Amino acid sequence: MSDAPPVRARGLVKRYKEVLAVDHIDLNVHAGDVYGFLGPNGAGKTTTLRMALGLIMPTEGKVELFGRDPIREGARALEGVAGFVEAPRFYPYLTARKNLQLLAALDGDGARTRIDEVLETVELAPRAEHRVGGYSHGMRQRLGIAAALLRAPRLLILDEPATGLDPAGMRDMRLLIRRLADSGITVLLSSHQLPEVQELCDRVAIVDTGRVVYEGALADLRRQGGAGYRLRTTDDVNALAVLRAQPGVEQAHAGEHGLSFQAQESDVGPLSIALGAAGVGIFALTPELATLEDLFFRLTEGNGAVAGATAGATTAGNGQLTEAAA
Amino acid sequence: MSTFEASASLGPPAAARVRRPSTLTAYRWELRKLASQKRTYLGLGLAAILPIIFVLAQSLRDHRGQNQGNIFAAHITQSGLATPVLMLLFLSVFMLPLIAALVAGDIVAAEDGNGTLKTILTRSVDRGQVIAAKALTAMTYGALAVFLSAAVATMAGVAAWGFNHVVTFSGTVVSAPEGLLLVVAANAAYLIPLLTVVCIGVLLSTATRNSAASVVGTVGFTILLFIVGQIPGLEGVKPYLLTEQYENWHGLLRTPTDWAPIGHSAWVCALYAVPALLAAYLVFLRRDVAGG
Repeated sequence: MSDAPPVRARGLVKRYKEVLAVDHIDLNVHAGDVYGFLGPNGAGKTTTLRMALGLIMPTEGKVELFGRDPIREGARALEGVAGFVEAPRFYPYLTARKNLQLLAALDGDGARTRIDEVLETVELAPRAEHRVGGYSHGMRQRLGIAAALLRAPRLLILDEPATGLDPAGMRDMRLLIRRLADSGITVLLSSHQLPEVQELCDRVAIVDTGRVVYEGALADLRRQGGAGYRLRTTDDVNALAVLRAQPGVEQAHAGEHGLSFQAQESDVGPLSIALGAAGVGIFALTPELATLEDLFFRLTEGNGAVAGATAGATTAGNGQLTEAAA
Repeated sequence: MSTFEASASLGPPAAARVRRPSTLTAYRWELRKLASQKRTYLGLGLAAILPIIFVLAQSLRDHRGQNQGNIFAAHITQSGLATPVLMLLFLSVFMLPLIAALVAGDIVAAEDGNGTLKTILTRSVDRGQVIAAKALTAMTYGALAVFLSAAVATMAGVAAWGFNHVVTFSGTVVSAPEGLLLVVAANAAYLIPLLTVVCIGVLLSTATRNSAASVVGTVGFTILLFIVGQIPGLEGVKPYLLTEQYENWHGLLRTPTDWAPIGHSAWVCALYAVPALLAAYLVFLRRDVAGG
C-alpha cells in the first residue's frame, strides 16, 4: 500500500442518463505532488473528485487512493486521505469546535487531540465556540481545511478551496496549501483559478467536457506551448523577411509592438547573427513563455495548438499531448 | 486576517493502520446532533403537552352522569393511572407516528440536502455504520417520545386523581404498582409498531432525499393503511395491516394477560420493518452523494 500512488484513476466514466459528465479520465498523482486539476465549470472536475472520495459510483473505470478502491473498500480506502468537494459543509447549529469533535469522533485514531492545533492553524481558535451557522464563507472554507487536517492526511483533496474568498483570504489559503505541501502532504487541488495553480502546482491535469486534454508537469506544458519571442528592430520589414527565412523560426508576424515569433532557444542565436548580416539592428529581443492561462484556453477552447497538437488533443498520461481519439 | 500559522506537527503521518470508530460512536454523535436541533423538541413538546391538556380538560369537566366509551375513560377520576392508558389509546393512531416520522423522515434527507452527508462519509466510518447509527437514533427518538408522553400522562394523572388501583379492560382491579407496571409494558409493546413506522420513515428519507416528502410519505402511508382497514370487503387483510398493530398492547390490560396480539404484531411488523431497513441500507450503500 505504501508504494501505491496517492491517486490513480483509470478509464473513469460517469454518466447521468444522457449526460456524459466524465469521459474516460486517467489521473496519476504522485507522492509529494501539488497536483492541479484544472478545467472550466462543468468540465467534470467535481464529479471526478466525488468518485475519488467514494461519494459517487463510477459508471465505468476505477480510482484508487494509495492502491485502495473507495467504492469497494469504503472508509478503509480513505485512510490518510482528507479534503472536501465543493464547499465544505458543517452542522450550522453546532459550534466549530463541536463540529470538529464530531468529525474527530468519526475519524478515531487520536484526531480529537488535534482539534486545538488545527483551529490554531486556520486561525479560527477565537471563534471556535461560535455556531457555524453564523460563519462567513471564508471561515467555513478555513474550517473545511481544519476538518481535513484533523485526519493528519497524506493526501489532501481540495475542490476550489479559494472560491469566494477575498484577496487576502485567497493569499492566505495559498500560503497554507503551500506550507502543507512543503510539509510533505500530497495535494490534489481542483481549481479554475489559474494564478493559484500556476503558483502552487508542479503537475496538472486539464479537463474539458469530461476528458483530460493534458496531464503532466506544468513546466512541460509551458515548454510545449512553445517559447515565444518579441523582437524590436531598426527595420521590421527586413527583419520579418529574415525571420521567415530562418530555419527553426515559426509563426513570425508583425504586430503593434514589433515582431513576434516562436523558436527554440538554440535557434535564436543564429537568428540574431542573420539579422546583423542583413543589416537589421536589434533594439530588444525578449523571450515570452506561454502563461498557463494561454495554454488553458488553447486546450479548452480549441482556439489554437499546443506544440503542434490540435485542439481536442488528449493526454498520453506522460505529459505528452496526442491527437484526440474522438 | 493575517497569514495562517502552521503548527509544527502538521505534516503527513506514517502510513500506519488507522483505528476506526465504532457504530456506537456514530450513534452517540447522531444523538448529540439530534439534541442540538430545535425540531427535536417540537415533537417531544407535543408528546408532553397533550397529556397535560388532557388532564386539565378532564379536571375541569363534570364527569357525573357521563356515559364513557371505555373502562379507563369511565375510571378516569378514580386513578391517575387511567390517564396514560387513555393517552396511549388516543395518541397511538396518529400523533405518536407523526412525531416519530418527523425525525425518521428527516434523518438522512436533511443531511443530504445540507451537504453534511458528504462531510461524514469522507471520514473513517463506513456507510453501513452511518445508516445503522441513524436508524438507531430515529428509533431512540420514537421510543423517547412514547415514554415521555407516558411519563407526563402518569405524573399529571396521579397529580390530579391520585396513585390508586386501576380497573383493566376485563374489569379486574389491579393495585397501583401493578397498574404502573402495566402502563410501562403497554407502552413498550406499542413500540413494536411505532418502530416499524420509524423504519419506513428511514427508508423514505434515504430513498427520496427530501425531508418533507419523507415525513409526509411516512404519515401518508400509515393513513393509507388505516383507510384500507376500513374498506368493506378487505377484512381479510386487516390483521396484517401495520395500523392494526397499534392496539397490540390491549392484551396486556386483560386478565389473564393475552399475549397473542403482541406475538402477532411482532411478526406482522417484522414483515414491514425488515424489508424497509434492508432496502434503506442497500440504497444508502450504493447511492450517489451529490447533494450540497
